[in-house]
Amino acid sequence: MNVDAPAQARPPVPSGAKRLKGRHLLGIAGLEPSEITLILDTADAMKEVAARPIKKVPALRGRTVVNLFFEPSTRTRTSFEVAEKRLSADTLSIATATSSVTKGETLADTVRNLEAMAPDMIVIRHGSSGAPHLLARICRAAVINAGDGMHEHPTQALLDAFTIRAHKGRLAGLKVAIVGDLLHSRVLRSNLLLLNAMGADLCLCGPSTLIPAGLDRPGVRTTAVIDEALDGADVVMMLRIQQERMHGHFIPSLREYFTLFGLTPARLRRAKEDVIVMHPGPMNRGVEIDSEVADGPYSVILEQVANGVAVRMAVLYLLAGREAEESIDV
Amino acid sequence: MKGAPVPEVMDAERVTRTLTRIAHEVIERNRGLDELALVGIRTRGVPIARRLAGALKEIGGHDVPTGVLDITLYRDDLMRNAVGPQPVIRKTEIPFSIDDRRILLVDDVLYTGRTIRAALDALIDFGRPRSIQLVVLVDRGHRELPIKADYVGKNLPTSLRQSVQVRLQETDGIDQVVIEGES
Repeated sequence: MNVDAPAQARPPVPSGAKRLKGRHLLGIAGLEPSEITLILDTADAMKEVAARPIKKVPALRGRTVVNLFFEPSTRTRTSFEVAEKRLSADTLSIATATSSVTKGETLADTVRNLEAMAPDMIVIRHGSSGAPHLLARICRAAVINAGDGMHEHPTQALLDAFTIRAHKGRLAGLKVAIVGDLLHSRVLRSNLLLLNAMGADLCLCGPSTLIPAGLDRPGVRTTAVIDEALDGADVVMMLRIQQERMHGHFIPSLREYFTLFGLTPARLRRAKEDVIVMHPGPMNRGVEIDSEVADGPYSVILEQVANGVAVRMAVLYLLAGREAEESIDV
Repeated sequence: MKGAPVPEVMDAERVTRTLTRIAHEVIERNRGLDELALVGIRTRGVPIARRLAGALKEIGGHDVPTGVLDITLYRDDLMRNAVGPQPVIRKTEIPFSIDDRRILLVDDVLYTGRTIRAALDALIDFGRPRSIQLVVLVDRGHRELPIKADYVGKNLPTSLRQSVQVRLQETDGIDQVVIEGES
């Protein structure tokens, strides 16, 4: 490879897109299928870094990334932190419990103050839908949505897609059942957009009180009967019952929920023989998923966590490149 | 391709003969092949490394393990790339331990030396090889770093306005080396 050779000497690129169109990753909405494929292909290469004796590459040396988490998170926050460190970025994690937010500062003011320290990227999780979009409008840094309210959680959907692709070799034409609290789930929304765009066949299932209106579209069905959703499924994705977001009576009791919607070994037999079972975490064992399934041979739940780092490295790398282009344009 | 017919400096036969010659040199300089391993730099260093492995097997009767190195994440121009989009990263595959091995690092063209600098950094993150030797099909000069090849297929004096294109059966459907642009 000839670093200084002119553009035509660059090696041929296998997939369609070579870069992301936007400077931010606010959601799956707005990403084209070719961009999704680019992120997944890049993550494939990033995954290899985790297998090395020295799990670090110098790609983001000298870049500063701020992780701004206004909601509790272990998996996503540590996953981003590990991804940033593996790319050699300088990272700064702010949890709201220890920040001035508790003293009444607004989101916009918090971010303007952080901006004064010139971060290159901000990873934000916030309880209000649209918070990352607000940030993207007021600050210069690239913004990555790590979950906003009941809206989107794009990196989760990307790592789910990455995990599915690693097992099935494709996304198009797969039967994917997503079961659980569809109403409050940002994971669902991002997965729905991504898997639908990539041509998977979706069956969404939950208690009728937790199925929002407007989900049906070509390639997407909804049902309140779990057995129907599981029939012949290639992938089963279980969603958490989000009690912290339920300000009303959506389900009679957790025990009844488990009886009607819990994923048990017996129910799982309806799915294909090579089915994979996924869960974005944190799991409520005995509520949406039986322990025997969660720890069983079909479960890829811990793989999802490992893949999360590779996918987030890919997103950070691709957005950093966008930013570099932009700064040269100006 | 634009302009007048471009001068072909190596054809398929020449490429094959050159690689066979390099294989002989490798055997001559390294007593025994059992500690050797080949690492090709993406893109065109990879098929060259594979062919060298084939030649070493034929001549020396020894299977030399071969790996693939993508240096993108180690490039020194990574985040200051004014000419185009972020380079696409592809997989590095080194399915053996490089500790205490004699590594033959393989690339198509040696120019500024920056690719090799990146490759050395990348390799050393995989372990501590006993030594690293550099094999290139073409050395076109104009080094910007103190780097020198141990095995050179062809020395090709060029001007900075020219570009050297190595085309290989595996990546381009033809074996040839051409110089493009005016001297």
